[in-house]
Amino acid sequence: MLGGKAGWNGIILQILFVAVLVWVGYEIIANARSNLAAQRITSGFGFLNNTAGFDVNQALISYSGSDSYSRVLMVGILNTLLVSVIGIVLATILGFLVALGRLSPNALLSRVSGAYVELIRNLPLLFQILFWYLAVLAALPGPRQSISLFSTFFLNNRGFIVPRPIEEPGFMPFLIALGVAIVASIGLRFYARRELFVRGHAMRIWPYVLGMLIGLPLIAMLVYGAPVAFEVPVLKGFNFAGGSRIIPELVALTLALTMYTASFIAEVVRAGILSVHKGQMEAGLSLGLSRGTVLRLIVVPQALRVILPPLTNQYLNLTKNSSLAVAIGYPDLVSVFAGTTMSQTGQAIEIIGITMGVYLALSLITSAMMSFYSWRLGKRLGA
Amino acid sequence: MKRVTLALTLALAPVLASVGAQAETLKTVKDRGMLACGVSQGLPGFSNPDDKGNWTGLDVDVCRAIAAAIFNDPTKVKFVPLSAKDRFTALQSGEVDVLSRNTTWTLSRDTSLGANFAGITYYDGQGFMVKKALKVNSALELNSASVCVQTGTTTEQNLADYFKANKMKYEVIAFAGADETVKAYESGRCDVFTTDVSGLYAERLKLSNPADHVVLPEVISKEPLGPMVRHGDDQWFDIVKWTLFGLITAEEMGVTQANVDDMAKSDKPDFKRAFGTDGNLGEQLGLTKDWFSRIVKAVGNYGEMYERNVGAGSKLQIARGLNQLWNKGGLQYAPPIR
Repeated sequence: MLGGKAGWNGIILQILFVAVLVWVGYEIIANARSNLAAQRITSGFGFLNNTAGFDVNQALISYSGSDSYSRVLMVGILNTLLVSVIGIVLATILGFLVALGRLSPNALLSRVSGAYVELIRNLPLLFQILFWYLAVLAALPGPRQSISLFSTFFLNNRGFIVPRPIEEPGFMPFLIALGVAIVASIGLRFYARRELFVRGHAMRIWPYVLGMLIGLPLIAMLVYGAPVAFEVPVLKGFNFAGGSRIIPELVALTLALTMYTASFIAEVVRAGILSVHKGQMEAGLSLGLSRGTVLRLIVVPQALRVILPPLTNQYLNLTKNSSLAVAIGYPDLVSVFAGTTMSQTGQAIEIIGITMGVYLALSLITSAMMSFYSWRLGKRLGA
Repeated sequence: MKRVTLALTLALAPVLASVGAQAETLKTVKDRGMLACGVSQGLPGFSNPDDKGNWTGLDVDVCRAIAAAIFNDPTKVKFVPLSAKDRFTALQSGEVDVLSRNTTWTLSRDTSLGANFAGITYYDGQGFMVKKALKVNSALELNSASVCVQTGTTTEQNLADYFKANKMKYEVIAFAGADETVKAYESGRCDVFTTDVSGLYAERLKLSNPADHVVLPEVISKEPLGPMVRHGDDQWFDIVKWTLFGLITAEEMGVTQANVDDMAKSDKPDFKRAFGTDGNLGEQLGLTKDWFSRIVKAVGNYGEMYERNVGAGSKLQIARGLNQLWNKGGLQYAPPIR
């Protein structure tokens, strides 16, 4: 029966099953509501408009204690997104490099890459996060003994402090010049490819591109003045004032998530590349292409079809694993919303519900984007 | 992930629980043969397992006293260690019968959590601890400091209020557990560690060199700590409330763990009422006539509890201060047992 054609009996069974499911769902909600009312526990989503009254040490949007809980939710989501996006990009790059290293004919490189994968993927992630946070970053000196680079960049156990750019009058012309240079470069590349494919005439365009990308903004700067001024951090009281700071919690979490996930991505990529018949590589080499070019143009595009589905899994894992942030005080969604907000309002059902909804949405969006990419790739490869 | 799973289980509990069970906590406890008591994950002086694994502390003794009043046996308690952010959900879902976990009584907690505070076991206030080497003498000198705090506490909000009111800047780093918070403070991630003053003294004992750290004189908030019970069971609410009042009354009457049997023979009318040799006040509570002597026999009176756990007889050495009896200059006051 399973998965086969059902017939009338099957259809009736299915309708019954759905009815039971709806009834169970309704009972759960009704029971929870009456229990909450009986215990006089506040329910509903009205709390989102209440004042939060606590501070957060990293917010990508402006936030203070007098903002509402819905603002806290946004701060939490953005912090989770920040660490996930950085983690995904870095883990993908590192994962590909390690996989290529492991497949390399160079014995040393392949052994080192193999050791990396076996070591990192076999240690618990929470342990790695705590290792980076407590063993590595906490060992840095305090603010007064900061490691400084040209007295403008400072590294200490409060984070990495860099000068902050402040907009000057020359900022807009600079931006416009840069934009023009980029558009012109893309146009030039388009033209060069057409020349190559239609007339078989190869052009060397990089000197022009480089000239435009550097030259145009430089002219804008000379005419309108510097686009930005830098606010240099100075030690004031307990911490540095001025400048921007990358907090050590973010660094520890990103490092651990990147390295951990990269070890899995490396294996996924290796499997994908090995799934491409070795005749493809041999054919490419015998045409006189270099190993790198064969990989880039022939092997990897075919391997991607195998790589993408498990790669999506790794991206989803990384996003969800970022909730371990709570162990080291990084203000992600679970920490500020499902943690502090839940404890202050006591509205566990609503808050856990919202949190689940956010993670679900993030995961679905990620897989949808990956599916779209894989669909486009499939079309290009003519599959 | 473990925390999330726990939170989820706790969140779903009211969905699955039935309504009827809420009203009969005393019966549930008696049927189970154990009192389920929510405590902290380890706060010396309040609730902390000793080297043999026995729970000790002021909050723990409150639970032992309740168990003694019900079962005449202070060991019939199951202690459930809870983090600050999981504690209310555990009480709401019925995982614990009473939450005796250095929890501050506030209006919003009294109204929106579906729970009631049954009294005040300890009058506390929030303070700051810094390293001596920083040479800070007042909390007003803390502008631009980094502050470590445990998440899910009133402490976070008091901190925000205090720095805002005094127009000072700060950076907050909030951790889920008390141990992580202290570790981050000790490693130098923050300049300041803030929590209730009693907690500062308690956590200072865990640091590798307690003498290098100093508690600043400012107390920036009122933190009355007390046990909590669920809404909807007034009998249970009364039992917890009067167990606490019994402990305080015992100190006022001069009844101690050592002399309780002699005192029970007293002819004074108020003694006869309390010990149940006259009237049936204990039975009105749903307990037995001798509830009062059971409690004192098990844990001593409030003063003895205090000295043993946080006062002169303990490592914490916290003076009685506000927690002295009302007739000795403090705030501890119990309505009459009559």
